[in-house]
Amino acid sequence: MNLRRDVFQAIADPTRRAILLLVASQSMTAGVIAANFDTARPTVSKHLQILTECELLKQEQNGREIYYHINAKKMKDVADFIEPFRKMWDDRFNALENIMKNYKTK
Amino acid sequence: MELKTKINAENGAHDLFITREFDLPLELLFKAFTEPELVEQWMGTKVLKLEGKKHGSWQFETTDAKGNVVFKANGTIHEFSPNQKITRTFEMENAPFGVQLELLEFEKLTDDTSKINMHIVYESAALRDQMLQLPFAQGINMAHNRLQQIVSKLK
Repeated sequence: MNLRRDVFQAIADPTRRAILLLVASQSMTAGVIAANFDTARPTVSKHLQILTECELLKQEQNGREIYYHINAKKMKDVADFIEPFRKMWDDRFNALENIMKNYKTK
Repeated sequence: MELKTKINAENGAHDLFITREFDLPLELLFKAFTEPELVEQWMGTKVLKLEGKKHGSWQFETTDAKGNVVFKANGTIHEFSPNQKITRTFEMENAPFGVQLELLEFEKLTDDTSKINMHIVYESAALRDQMLQLPFAQGINMAHNRLQQIVSKLK
């Protein structure tokens, strides 16, 4: 069993989501990606490896540099893609409801 | 657990609708959208600024456990009608998704129940789908686990 190759496992981590967000804006090298985080470089490399293994990121050789870019096709495969979005709002609204029910009784 | 939130996003459209009914009086539902400390709790983000008025603006920021900023967004408020409607823009900073228009309508169902209708308009259908596809959409609420803990303590 290799959990690392599970896409949903991969995107469950906040740093990896932040990396995906970053790389979504433009392709970049591991060095540039790591510079955006206070996290140690090897930790970022590990995250990049996981994201690459589950094909959310693709590597592209450009001269001497390796650029990471978003694999849009794989992102689509994460579908049913509306479900996470709906779930996010559902979670938020459930929290809202709980918080306000408590607020009411104050 | 029953999922009460509904999303309607037609193929190829550049907008979507989110609806949800609450076991809360209309006034409390509206309050949850306008009091910064309440927004912080259920959105799981830090509210840097939230001006509940026409021509007002807002700013949210989320940091991870180490203090890195993982989400930052802002917008302006175009309409603010208490217990009825909020029209505002939303833009995620350092992200390629452009600005979106959010029309929030609040509706009284009974004395103890209410409903929100959110209409979100994106710059294009492609941008809407990109926004939906990106897995971080699921995780914008980075402090989600923390929030769950807060809420379960309240119960």
